[in-house]
Amino acid sequence: MIAPGTEPGLWQTARALAGRDLRLLWRRRGDALQPLLFALLVVVLFALALGRDPPLMAKVAAAVLWLAVLLAGQLSLDSLFRSDAEDGSLEQWLLAPVPLAWLVLVRVLVHWATTALPMIVVAPLLAEMLHLPHDQLPILLASLLLGTPLLSLIGGVVAALTVSIRRSGILVALLALPLFVPVLVFGAGSVAAAARGQDPVGALLLLGAGLVVALVLAPLATAAAIRISLS
Amino acid sequence: MLNSSNTPPLLAAHGLAFSRNDEPVFGPLDLQVDAGEALLVQGDNGAGKTTLLRVLAGLLRPGSGTIQIDGRPAGHRERAQFVAYLSHLPGLKPDLDTLENLNFLCGLHGRRARQMPGNALAIVGLAGFENTLVRQLSAGQKRRLALARIWLSPAPLWLLDEPYANLDLDGINLVNRMISAHLRSGGAALVTTHGAYAAPPVRTRLVHLGGAGQAVAGQSPVLPEVRA
Repeated sequence: MIAPGTEPGLWQTARALAGRDLRLLWRRRGDALQPLLFALLVVVLFALALGRDPPLMAKVAAAVLWLAVLLAGQLSLDSLFRSDAEDGSLEQWLLAPVPLAWLVLVRVLVHWATTALPMIVVAPLLAEMLHLPHDQLPILLASLLLGTPLLSLIGGVVAALTVSIRRSGILVALLALPLFVPVLVFGAGSVAAAARGQDPVGALLLLGAGLVVALVLAPLATAAAIRISLS
Repeated sequence: MLNSSNTPPLLAAHGLAFSRNDEPVFGPLDLQVDAGEALLVQGDNGAGKTTLLRVLAGLLRPGSGTIQIDGRPAGHRERAQFVAYLSHLPGLKPDLDTLENLNFLCGLHGRRARQMPGNALAIVGLAGFENTLVRQLSAGQKRRLALARIWLSPAPLWLLDEPYANLDLDGINLVNRMISAHLRSGGAALVTTHGAYAAPPVRTRLVHLGGAGQAVAGQSPVLPEVRA
């Protein structure tokens, strides 16, 4: 008989997949920087359009930063599963000894860590450029930290649904942006509440609750969507 | 025939049929593969060979019929444990080198005991290409790399979709040697081919899929044909 091999568990597959994605990212590091540069440009364009009016900028800074991060994340959404679908990697994922939803979750979280996290890291700089009051910065960062993984998880479902459609970039945006509305409302809203002197914790807690629900449900929905797309 | 009564066949399908938009693609079809056997699925282009393999691999849901793996109804668990699938799509990342691709796939599927990715590359004739990016390989070399993945897989049941495609004579020989070795160690293989190539010199059953999607092999779709 065939000698029994080693069957990989959850952590081993997660490490293999995360390692692969990071390697791929490093090989195409020029492409990986594009969403970050896009967010930067959006913020700069806003700053230029608003003119030299620091009080006005301070008012809209949080909303502008949130939109820049959201739109930049949107750009990279289409590539989440597309190349894996086109080269047959997803077929192999389906035959792995771990649930497809687990691999999807790892993929989405690595994607978040490599696209949204760098934007959060440079967010303080951009906030300075837009004259965001310093006391609002922690609220903004907290809302981004809770909100952007939620955007990635929701976006993953949409990306999986459209993965079998070629050139679906604009379709992904049309489907995903309405779903992003609640995240944007509570994310930017928490900073706006802080600016008005109200308590921002409620909005942040709702974002956190949304994130917990999405962490559980979104990978299942994404896995189901991938199965449909492959058949 | 060679199946002793107490060991269930590695793969058995009964009344398996698949239709797309009410057009029958193949079946109903009965087939069975025991350990140590190869099943050759023959048919012209469009006869439904790939669809049959995708149904068996669980990528498509059969329209009707049952699939059993090792005597149990085929589910995700059974497939993950028993099935290695070589698809038309290589499942390789062009921006990773050959060894990185194999290491990732071993991390995902597990690896046969005492087999290393480096050895597998040598077996399929890619020694010296360890650090070559897959995008720089030829179609035949990519096929060989995909075969190396199958070779490393711990799964006993190989589903090989046109494994001879893009390969030179030496490569065709390689596929036959790999299948023979796999069968000797107690595995089984399903191989689709449009019939232009020599089959591996092993105990072989034959299923022929007709152009109209019907299995045409006399009365029974399964011909227990013994070769060599």
